[in-house]
Amino acid sequence: MHLTYREWWAVVHGMGLGALFLLAFAGGLAGLYSLRPGLLSERGVVERTRRLQIGTWVMAIAAWATVITGTWVVYPWYRSTAADSPKSLLLANPSTADWHEFGMEWKEHIAWIAPLLATAVAFTVTYYGTSLIKNQGVRRALMAFFTASFLIAGVAGALGAFITKAAPVH
Amino acid sequence: MEESSSMQPASMPVTGVDKPFGPVAAVFLAAGVGALVLGILTTLAEASEGVKSWLEWSTAVGPLSGKTIIAVIAFVVAWVVLGIALRGRNPKPSIVFTWTAVLVAVGLVLTFPTFFQALAPEE
Repeated sequence: MHLTYREWWAVVHGMGLGALFLLAFAGGLAGLYSLRPGLLSERGVVERTRRLQIGTWVMAIAAWATVITGTWVVYPWYRSTAADSPKSLLLANPSTADWHEFGMEWKEHIAWIAPLLATAVAFTVTYYGTSLIKNQGVRRALMAFFTASFLIAGVAGALGAFITKAAPVH
Repeated sequence: MEESSSMQPASMPVTGVDKPFGPVAAVFLAAGVGALVLGILTTLAEASEGVKSWLEWSTAVGPLSGKTIIAVIAFVVAWVVLGIALRGRNPKPSIVFTWTAVLVAVGLVLTFPTFFQALAPEE
């Protein structure tokens, strides 16, 4: 069992940071959902808010780290002009060309929208702190944008997994 | 376990001061601006070889380098400018969130390959 230097980076980008992003999203969404009057004691609000702040910032930082490593570390190997680069291999075969023409072209762009939204959510959770529970309309909007960020990253991640299966970075 | 209906409900949390919505409006609208700028640059790069070449700030990364750096700068600058403009203000949250959703949606459409590749010049 051996991974090359480039494969290690692909693992860090797709699986390491991706798993962290997923975990942080699940925790953050559960925290936002349960941040309602009547469900929590005052002490619970304080504890839950602290956890929510950590979870949303972890998700935002994981999202930034994912797109930065993807664009600046892994992507140059993918798009290299060498005949055996993943992009060259995909485009050489009409049956796989769409993985680049559609899949990578979409993934490389929309992925960058996820950290923008995740940062906005994390900032808002930190800004309101324990008083977020008093702003139920804002809390619901945060859940929507938090989920949108996750879904956008999910599309990029899924396309990345399929592209890697069709033509991995070695 | 803090979650319980039998426990004393949160009458009002510890820091119960009403905070203005302006700073939140600033960061959400800035995120929308960042998404829109990314979408516009993606479409422009496909429609014009000149723009595509100009955006190639890194040879290894290609035009994606310029697109993403400019989009992130747009996000940060919009956040700072709107943060100053909206400090202490209370814009209506529903309007801010709707505008953010519209900006992000337009950004998503402009980064959708079927859309921007249709604008590519004939080869």
